[in-house]
Amino acid sequence: MVGIFIAHLVFAVVVFHVILGLIAYLILLERKTASWIQDRIGPNRVGPQGLLQPIADGVKFILKEEFIPANADRWLFMLAPIVIITPALCGFAVIPWGGFLAAGTKLPEWIPFIGGWAFPHNIAVMVANPNIGVLFVLAAASLGVYGVVLGGWASGSKYSFLGGMRATAQMVSYEIPLALSLMSVAVVAGTLKLSSITGDQASYFSSLSFVPAWNVFMQPVAFFLFITCIFAEANRLPFDLAECESELVGGYHTEYSSMKFALFFLAEYASMITGSAVAVALFLGGWHLPWLDKLIYHGSQPAVAGWGGVLLKFVVFWAKVVGFLFFYMWIRWTLPRFRFDQLMNLAWRGMIPLSLGTFLMAALFVELKQRGIIEHRGWLLLGNVLLFAGVLLVGKLRKQAPGDVNRRMAVIGSRYNPQPKPVDAAAAGA
Amino acid sequence: MMFAIPPALAQGSTYAMQWGLILILFLIALGFAIGNVVVSQLLGPSRKGRTKDTSYESGVEPLGSTRDRFNVRFYLVAMIFLVFDVEVLFLLPWITIFNKSKNAALHLTHSPLFGSVLLFSAILLIAYVYAWGKGVFKWD
Repeated sequence: MVGIFIAHLVFAVVVFHVILGLIAYLILLERKTASWIQDRIGPNRVGPQGLLQPIADGVKFILKEEFIPANADRWLFMLAPIVIITPALCGFAVIPWGGFLAAGTKLPEWIPFIGGWAFPHNIAVMVANPNIGVLFVLAAASLGVYGVVLGGWASGSKYSFLGGMRATAQMVSYEIPLALSLMSVAVVAGTLKLSSITGDQASYFSSLSFVPAWNVFMQPVAFFLFITCIFAEANRLPFDLAECESELVGGYHTEYSSMKFALFFLAEYASMITGSAVAVALFLGGWHLPWLDKLIYHGSQPAVAGWGGVLLKFVVFWAKVVGFLFFYMWIRWTLPRFRFDQLMNLAWRGMIPLSLGTFLMAALFVELKQRGIIEHRGWLLLGNVLLFAGVLLVGKLRKQAPGDVNRRMAVIGSRYNPQPKPVDAAAAGA
Repeated sequence: MMFAIPPALAQGSTYAMQWGLILILFLIALGFAIGNVVVSQLLGPSRKGRTKDTSYESGVEPLGSTRDRFNVRFYLVAMIFLVFDVEVLFLLPWITIFNKSKNAALHLTHSPLFGSVLLFSAILLIAYVYAWGKGVFKWD
């Protein structure tokens, strides 16, 4: 038992350091991506190709002045970054990033004292594998709200306060479709254990054998809702209303400086990583290597494997996560920011009913399957497609209803107010 | 025997060990956070000044108090959120007993589980439609 505990402890330390290292380089990747998209060079002075930039940033953050405004609530102001970063780093604990290590796998001989020791039974390669993994992910994600609202309130600045209020309303609203879209996956899997939900995806559809049985191919609507929600939960563009520079300076972290500001930043990136990891584990097959696994294993990739298999899964999983993180950045430099009323409308009038619909659709599928009426998983995909078509139809019908306030700026001469410009009229008069 | 621990759980790691590990990760993260705040407090310079200590308001003297009234809509959203959040909490345990593919040990085969969740959602929808009609979701 002690050996297993130590194995998991090693996983915990590995996870913690992989996340911190990844965050540091994500910030560099973000800046490089931004410069690439905006056709400029980006950071390239510190080290080759700017690769040592994260270290320089870290040193600089630590050595900068720690500023606390006189109007701030001193202790809450110090507490807020701690409250936001701690759950953001913990959320990763339940992510299955390597399947299972098979019983009987031996530790390498070169390790002192414990080399050659064999595991008595299968070990889940993750920090912990509780049977309420989905709930834990949701809890860790929603604890982030406290740090934001605390930071906004304690700063004693109006920009921070407004940013904190906005962030609270936004994160709280997007948490519901987030939970419901996760649950429409969990109800089909029949469990809240993340390792089990990932393991179910490591196969192919029975009739279309080249399509992996990933949840994204069964419930695309739930996947779309989920990724929209994790963008909003991480306060990323196009949903970064809480810190939008053009209205609120920096939002809830306007008054923060030095390492405390950096902790807010780290928390944003940590929740991005956790969000992408959950998306990969629940929708994109987790550690499943599609198509190539038929060549390597002559069949579907097994969940339980030795060291080589675990290493392969580790690489595949993190490759998918980094790919998804690149998608985050791509979106950030592509889409403009929403307006706050659009944001709340999207959540409450669009995504919450739709996510309840996907959840009930998944439950209906499970019910019909248990009664033996339908068998194939393609029915679930059909249900999702029908649901989406229905939503599009309702949206079309609702648009025709009058009553929405026209908020377009009726600049004279623009396409919303096609009057001749006064200059033209004057010119015609003269 | 309805609440016996499923064999899949008894094998491998126990409850105490799993939550202990999560607690250890939590403590590592907490130590990291506190350590960073303290270290930068110690290493960085600190120069005070009356003008420097004022809150940032785009360079203008701060006007009025910050801890003032705010828009009631934020409060309404929080109230409606509670309704949906509690709904989600009820649905989570329902999931674990509804799909029998992994829970054959739970002998709840004859309860109308699907019907009950439909009824539950219908009641929830009444609250939702009522809130919509009252204009809670109107943000313009």
